[in-house]
Amino acid sequence: MNSSARQRRLTAAALTALAVAASATACSSGSGSTDAKGAGSGTYTIWDPYPQFDKGSAWTKLLDKCGSQAGVKIERTGFDTSDLANKTLLAAQQGNSPDVLIVDNPVVSTLAEAGVLTTTDDNKLDTSKVDPNLLAAGQSGGKTYGTPIGANTLALYYNKEVLKEAGVDIASVKDWKSLTAALAKVKKAGKKGITFSAIGTEEGSFQFLPWFWGAGAKLTELDSAQAVSALSLWKDWLKQGYAPNSVLNNTQTTSWQEFASGDYAFSENGTWQLANAEKVGFEYGVLPIPGAGGGNAAAPTGGEFVTIPVQDDTGRYATSQKLATCLTSTDNLYDTDTTLSYVAPTSEVQDKQVAANAELKPWIDAVKSAKGRTSDDLGTTYPKISEQMWKAVQSALSGAESPEEALAKAQSAVK
Amino acid sequence: MNHTTQLPDRRSVCARNGAATAAPPPAHARARRRPTSQQWAAWAFLAPVTLYLVLFYAYPLYRNIDLSLRNYTVRSFVQGDAPFTGLANYRTVFDDPTFAPALLHTVVFTAVCLVFQYAIGLALAVFFNQHFRLSATLRALFLVPWLLPLIVSASTWSWMLNSDSGIVNAALHTVGIDPVNWLTSPSWSLTSVIIANIWIGVPFNLVLLYSGLQSIPASLYEAAALDGANAWQRFRRVTFPLLRPVSAITLLLGLVYTLKVFDIIWITTKGGPADSSTTFATWSYQLGFGNLLPAFGPGAAVGNLLVVAALVFGLIYVRVQRKQASS
Repeated sequence: MNSSARQRRLTAAALTALAVAASATACSSGSGSTDAKGAGSGTYTIWDPYPQFDKGSAWTKLLDKCGSQAGVKIERTGFDTSDLANKTLLAAQQGNSPDVLIVDNPVVSTLAEAGVLTTTDDNKLDTSKVDPNLLAAGQSGGKTYGTPIGANTLALYYNKEVLKEAGVDIASVKDWKSLTAALAKVKKAGKKGITFSAIGTEEGSFQFLPWFWGAGAKLTELDSAQAVSALSLWKDWLKQGYAPNSVLNNTQTTSWQEFASGDYAFSENGTWQLANAEKVGFEYGVLPIPGAGGGNAAAPTGGEFVTIPVQDDTGRYATSQKLATCLTSTDNLYDTDTTLSYVAPTSEVQDKQVAANAELKPWIDAVKSAKGRTSDDLGTTYPKISEQMWKAVQSALSGAESPEEALAKAQSAVK
Repeated sequence: MNHTTQLPDRRSVCARNGAATAAPPPAHARARRRPTSQQWAAWAFLAPVTLYLVLFYAYPLYRNIDLSLRNYTVRSFVQGDAPFTGLANYRTVFDDPTFAPALLHTVVFTAVCLVFQYAIGLALAVFFNQHFRLSATLRALFLVPWLLPLIVSASTWSWMLNSDSGIVNAALHTVGIDPVNWLTSPSWSLTSVIIANIWIGVPFNLVLLYSGLQSIPASLYEAAALDGANAWQRFRRVTFPLLRPVSAITLLLGLVYTLKVFDIIWITTKGGPADSSTTFATWSYQLGFGNLLPAFGPGAAVGNLLVVAALVFGLIYVRVQRKQASS
């Protein structure tokens, strides 16, 4: 009797222990279903990936302004950008989608595939002014699922002081060969060459793409000779000590911190660091990423799309469309993209940006030659390709496999 | 001692439970009314915890199993019409080239962490049991790793072990050892996360084993000393056997905590490079959330494998305890 009661208690203990394990692994459904419908029909919800902007910021003021123009109240939630896709999927599953969703561009095709987003045919958003290379990231199967609010891309920041010390003339850096030669000179002068982010996430793929495309490789063929040459370039930099081993674990933010320390000659980073670049305390310049044999490499486009998720009540689209149009109107785009440190998606606003700040010129050129990751109708196959690509980069740079082996394995895993 | 005081209480629980199962529904109630109302009260008291367990444990577990048995794409996840595919997700997981390394890493990670956490925890517990000056203060200091939020300790480890600017490599450099790529070399990354996790797990073992030590009567040590047992023999013949029940539960809980360790690995290495520190926990996350296109089905399947592993060890524990109790 005693032992049976004891057994029961032990079983309970074991079950509790299990429950602890289960709750860690079980799916976290429900956490994303914030009350999206709001109180009355006069309330419209907007989700964005800008949690850094709080109530008093220019961004939330703009949202409220657009809301009052459309005659509705705005309920806005800012999410961490990596969370937003899953939160949106869960909300859509619960029938709780926001009225307007601002989301990172490579996610658009995934959400479109899930049937979460309305097309511009349904919601009547006007996308005619937007640069076609930017809009392509939000198109799949011949349909357009939103309009970009701004764009950013990657380029090389360089430290003028370090280059001067090493005797490198930045005008001589035109292709991979001259860039590697410059890195060698910098190392000889006792400084560090280049830092980037090769982490095992989407960020790593994003940073590798300019070199991958710059070699002439295609995402549909990861094991091409051009792709191998791009990965070998990075691998070689690590081997020669031109790039630190820590790139394997660097996010774009940590890689920026390395550059900001003042020891590095180059840093591959994005438009969004411009505001921070003013604070580094040394003179810097910006150079579009060179292609293998010269010219500018195509860099991937970053930045968000304004989309209108599917609602049960289709009558809401008219107001949502007004909100989205307001957010992407010429005047508001200029203000928003200035706050976000982005390049505008329309030539009209880009011209205005250059007129106000000539330093944006190289960035606007870079954005014009940039390419969407999900473009070329890759859509939802891009995430699979990207995952294999960052794995191959990690394998090769860490020395687990040669670039050829790693990319061949990646290509066979995609199929 | 403990048993005798609790015995009457337990008997009444058993009796009440017996009545609950045997009692007919109210309509058929016989002369005895009191047990029925008592029974309702019992159910009322039971309701909150049952509801809680169903809502927060049973339902998520059911959903996780359901997820793992269906072919979820992003589309069918939203529409809720994912076709039932039986064990297809499990087959995908078993056939995945990541499966074998992830299994090996999970086993090595769990076993090595448990052994070291337990050994160091026990050594420290015995040490602090000596009641020297400042022992309470020192013991409190040893709890710090446990009190720190995991994201803080994991980020700190990640900085310390950084290949180029980490303090560990700087220290190695001063004694003339070449820098080690702790987090970025496939041969070191698993070791690094194991070291970090041992550091985090020691206080838990220390606390449990220390409280276990305090319940061992001092008279036993005196008797052993009188019989001429030296310090090692006293530990081997008195402390260790009497600590066995506490050790068992410490190891079981440690096992469950270690199997599901995710934060420290994800923050320091993301399971890489080249899957060299991937365990089932990080792999499950990677499948479900680490990609722009989530694979919920296989992710849930890996999660369930972890649950099953914990269940197996839980049952082994119960069985061992039962044997000990009956002997």
